Amino acid sequence: MMTGSQILIESLKKQGVEVIFGYPGGQVLPLFDKLYDAPFKFILTRHEQAAAHAADGYSRATGKVGVCIATSGPGATNLITGIANAYMDSIPMIAITGQVKSWLIGNDAFQEADVTGITRPITKHNYLVKDIKDLSRIVAEAFYIASSGRPGPVLIDIPTDIQQAEHEFIWPDTIEMRSYKPTLFGHPGQIKKAVKAIVSAKRPIIYAGGGVITSGGHNELREFAEKINAPVTLTLMGLGAFPGDHPLFLGMLGMHGTAYANYATMNADLIIAVGARFDDRVTGKLATFAKNAKIIHIDVDPSSISKNVAVDIPIVGDAKNVLGQILEEIKKTPDTAEWIKTVEAWRKKHPLTYQYKGKINPQYVIEQIAEVTQGDAIIATEVGQHQMWAAQWYKVMHPRSFISSGGLGTMGFGFPAAMGAKMGCPDKTVFDIAGDGSIQMNIQELATCVCNKIPVKVAILNNGYLGMVRQWQELFYKHRYSHTCMFNPDFVKVAEAYGGVGIRVTKKEDVKPAIEKAIATDNVVFLDFHVEPEENVFPMVPAGESIDKMIGGLA
Amino acid sequence: MKHTISVLVENKFGVLARVAGLFSARGYNISSLAVSETLDPEVSYMTIVVDAKDEAVLEQIKKQLNKLIDVVTVTDFTRRDHVERELVLVKVGCNAKNKAKLESIVRKYIGTVIQCKNETAIIEAVGEQARIKQLLDNLEPFGVKELVRTGKIAVAY
Repeated sequence: MMTGSQILIESLKKQGVEVIFGYPGGQVLPLFDKLYDAPFKFILTRHEQAAAHAADGYSRATGKVGVCIATSGPGATNLITGIANAYMDSIPMIAITGQVKSWLIGNDAFQEADVTGITRPITKHNYLVKDIKDLSRIVAEAFYIASSGRPGPVLIDIPTDIQQAEHEFIWPDTIEMRSYKPTLFGHPGQIKKAVKAIVSAKRPIIYAGGGVITSGGHNELREFAEKINAPVTLTLMGLGAFPGDHPLFLGMLGMHGTAYANYATMNADLIIAVGARFDDRVTGKLATFAKNAKIIHIDVDPSSISKNVAVDIPIVGDAKNVLGQILEEIKKTPDTAEWIKTVEAWRKKHPLTYQYKGKINPQYVIEQIAEVTQGDAIIATEVGQHQMWAAQWYKVMHPRSFISSGGLGTMGFGFPAAMGAKMGCPDKTVFDIAGDGSIQMNIQELATCVCNKIPVKVAILNNGYLGMVRQWQELFYKHRYSHTCMFNPDFVKVAEAYGGVGIRVTKKEDVKPAIEKAIATDNVVFLDFHVEPEENVFPMVPAGESIDKMIGGLA
Repeated sequence: MKHTISVLVENKFGVLARVAGLFSARGYNISSLAVSETLDPEVSYMTIVVDAKDEAVLEQIKKQLNKLIDVVTVTDFTRRDHVERELVLVKVGCNAKNKAKLESIVRKYIGTVIQCKNETAIIEAVGEQARIKQLLDNLEPFGVKELVRTGKIAVAY
């Protein structure tokens, strides 16, 4: 016989869990007592939100399922942003929360919150464990659901009495759910139709997203693109799915995409969408989006297909499998030489660019990080201007090496996500590219990094503003900077106060040496780059505008 | 346009909230919802009448329902031969003078006057919604005091 807490731990061991991020509290005391002797590396964060983001970052970097634990009530509600973030970006994660005793549920007990109710719209699925005999099966199901099909977070809410109750440990060897059977291979008829459209295309473009990374289909994507000689553009979530220095790579598309990626998308006669969901940041004005293109949409989630744009050839299936099926089926290849010439002319005419105005350019910092790390680091980001600059200027070479909050756009995500990534990939250099606003949303995690020796490097592009909001205020709200000017602490001293290392950089020539020094330092480092305060992210598609109507930064 | 969808769900804690939450979160309108157990106590049927502005919205509703882990099957009756019924209970004014007329109207629509006292009659009727509407129109002159309906249930041939 085992207690519920022991059953949970045994179940996590069966799933191969190695690292858990979390925070204790009253309603998880029985569980934490057993965790004391459990063989997991337990990372005590300084805020539950950071535990969720760290589990998320761990998952993105490794492809494994991230696990976080919090107590009931406020502990659980503090996880919410992290769970919603993982949900929007389809990240497999298990959130375990304590709950008040079964017989107190619904009584407004101390530290009670209806966590399954609150998380219903932001989890792929959730469970309230009401009977100890269900616990091991629920954990097995939760991991299966979280990691299969279109992945996502699953929450398991466990009342204290269930953690203490006793039962035999029975592990289900297989999971069979009649109501959940993801479609993993494309329908052969649809594959044939897609191949027919591909070989007859004159101006094809591949538009790929996070689904390629999730499915591990990056090699197939590359083989496919090279075979049909089509340019590739990636979403923010897709960065790393195709080598950043490949001649067919056009960079990111959409609101802050490259001009040439947007022009190519708008002028294509065939869009092959792979594991991407035509988000509004990608399509801009839907009425004018790629009007002359036929669209093939490959996605494991049927509800993503034809949600925003009408699709000509839908293919439900795992991106890696479907690309493999297409590669097997395709015999001829289209003649795209003219099209590639046109796209290359756009690339030459409208490159990404910025101007030196006397202070450090934030884009320059990203370029230097890319140069020093040779594209071999894991880059996490917060959300805002620095995030878009990172997406534009860091040539992401490998899948799972660019970790960013795409769907939810969560400030405060990057630092804890970087910690999670470093825990999963200890041999990699891990950077968090941050803004002075974002870093303050989870700055307390300096303590977690110092205590657990997680030497992530945080490059703060400090412009003294909530830069992206300021940019919109400048361009669309008559320069009225309503509450976007930041009063900041001395980031160097803050890092030092926690036992980390701080380096302030105010001159262009000091940027590279500072990055090198940070990498050589075996501790968490805050690099406080004082950058051009009113630099904008360009090009930019104004909200609701067609994506070929970009402003700024067009040489 | 209104569509009738039947959703077979695992009879688990919170499943109604999941379905209802999906509709509210995505801004879909439910016209009626009827839930009951089936022969198999592990699953329940939900018959949902949705108001979808076009085919694309209806498609999305079906896909989103299918995406819920506890949903086993989704059946759209829009293009399928099916039988649909609704039960209504109506309270109308009734007195000695018009009782006979009321009874003949109700009989015409295969309804039953369950009770008639204190100037009030309670009427029960089962039928397709168009038929129910005709009955209600005919009852209008008597003064409808209260109306309760189950919402539509349907089964395919």
